[in-house]
Amino acid sequence: MTLAEKILARAAGIEQVKPQDVVTAQVDVAMSHENADVVLRAFREIGVERVWDPKRIVILFDHRVPAESEKTAATHQRIRQFVLQQGIKNFYDMKAGICHQILPEHGHSRPGEVMVGTDSHTTTHGAFGTFATGIGATEMAGVWATGELWFMVPESMRIKVHGTFREYVSAKDLILYIIGELGAAGADYRSVEFSGETISTLSVASRMVLTNLSMEMGAKVAFVIPDEKTIEYVQQRTDREFTPLTPDPDATYIQEIEVDVSSLTSMVACPHAVDNVKPVSEVAGTKINQALIGSCTNGRLEDLAVAAEILSGKTVSPEVRLLVIPASRSVYLQAMNKGYLEIFVKAGGLVLNPGCGPCLGAHQGLMAPGEVCISTTNRNFKGRMGSSESFIYLASPATVASSAVSGVIKAADGGAAA
Amino acid sequence: MERIKGKVYKFGDDINTDVIYPGKYLSITSDRAEMAKHCFETVYPEFMESAEPGNIIVAGRNFGCGSSREQAATCLKYFGISAVIADSFARIFYRNAINLGLPVIIAPGTARIVDHGDIVEIDFDQGYVKNCGTGKSARSSKLPDFVIGILSDGGLIAHLQKKLRAGKIRGG
Repeated sequence: MTLAEKILARAAGIEQVKPQDVVTAQVDVAMSHENADVVLRAFREIGVERVWDPKRIVILFDHRVPAESEKTAATHQRIRQFVLQQGIKNFYDMKAGICHQILPEHGHSRPGEVMVGTDSHTTTHGAFGTFATGIGATEMAGVWATGELWFMVPESMRIKVHGTFREYVSAKDLILYIIGELGAAGADYRSVEFSGETISTLSVASRMVLTNLSMEMGAKVAFVIPDEKTIEYVQQRTDREFTPLTPDPDATYIQEIEVDVSSLTSMVACPHAVDNVKPVSEVAGTKINQALIGSCTNGRLEDLAVAAEILSGKTVSPEVRLLVIPASRSVYLQAMNKGYLEIFVKAGGLVLNPGCGPCLGAHQGLMAPGEVCISTTNRNFKGRMGSSESFIYLASPATVASSAVSGVIKAADGGAAA
Repeated sequence: MERIKGKVYKFGDDINTDVIYPGKYLSITSDRAEMAKHCFETVYPEFMESAEPGNIIVAGRNFGCGSSREQAATCLKYFGISAVIADSFARIFYRNAINLGLPVIIAPGTARIVDHGDIVEIDFDQGYVKNCGTGKSARSSKLPDFVIGILSDGGLIAHLQKKLRAGKIRGG
């Protein structure tokens, strides 16, 4: 069986499953952010008084922090009251950071477990060998009430990655390249397993970039097969026992792809679709108004480190607004101690509090008609970050930092392939 | 399940949930009537002008891709859209729609046999979608029994309430 099949079989308490089987699985972790407000309303409608297991529920605020409106302030208030009333201890109020960074940092993302989150990028946690996927709010209310959920066992595909990245080319460029090749529905309903020598050498943070963005090609779940790096990271952060699973050697894959990153250059997803991917060289010189470094995709320490390296001693183009949003409080503190934040501020950037920032168009840096943003986030849909007449390009932290200095889209690796 | 008939409102491929329900209205968490006022507002503002309750949305592939925001299904349901037919759906939207009691039908090719404004009929039991004007039809995938169960009960909440009453969940 593949990794998705093995985890679902175990969570459903059955020996063997195959694609298209529908199973009822026990949920290990149920995560919600501000939309817990929608969940709790549906939960109360069901008529169950207590959640099935307060220890398995994680709630935090990240989408609109601090509250950008009275409505959101009231949402935060209702959730805080609910959390207290239900005895949910794993509650990280607005100071912690983005859900897809907070859960791993606090040891909630564990190999071999089933996690559901009311956020589509919950696939991120597959970087730890977790079967992790996004669900809607009403469905989550059902999970809060019963602790279980039906899943159709997905087909699995495998992406093997070889070779060494060129300087300033990273996991973001790789996954953008893959999405460009496969398309926005290229992994629809599927489980994606990343493996190969390049993946083993990737940091935990870079692995999360791959599983995070796999959602943008429709993946139900995405995995990096747990290895020593995974186990070490998780063990340092949780007291709970966990039993990692790995795919069987004779597992069946519906599709297998091999990618060699040695000749890969910096990539960019052009407006208004994540699969509209081109080498940066093809759009180099496009004038930008805003540059955004952050999000659940690329707001981690290594992302800020490469941006700081590029921005050190430089000045952001006077016509560009550079926004930097560390993914969590912990990342923020580390970036502060390492002097990265000072570099950003001195270069003319604005360092915002940990959270989702303007990525989903709620607040903190929305765009006017005709404006262009280059961003390390994960979606460039029309109107996503403000005006429907604005344009979003998705790229790596290195490309965004380099573009911020130039005032136009520019790759940090020198641009075009040789 | 009973057949559904309605006027077609047509969209293309990859209609994402940011387009269906703009992120700036995500702070609306409980007022469903208010959510229904903002369907497709940013990118297709004409929808709110010209669509009518009872319309059936017909789209290409990957309808509802993107964010998990349930408001994307809620706004359509409470606007009065009676069903969505597409070549394929993104999975979270698909589950959300079922859980809210909004019928979603996978019937590849429907967009080729119907035009905007045509009348279509969905037959769940026989598994087809028919253009009532031309008589042309497309096959639709049958929904699993437990999904029919959720839809017939009017969504997941009503379905769980029924289970709770039957003592099938413990109810804290």
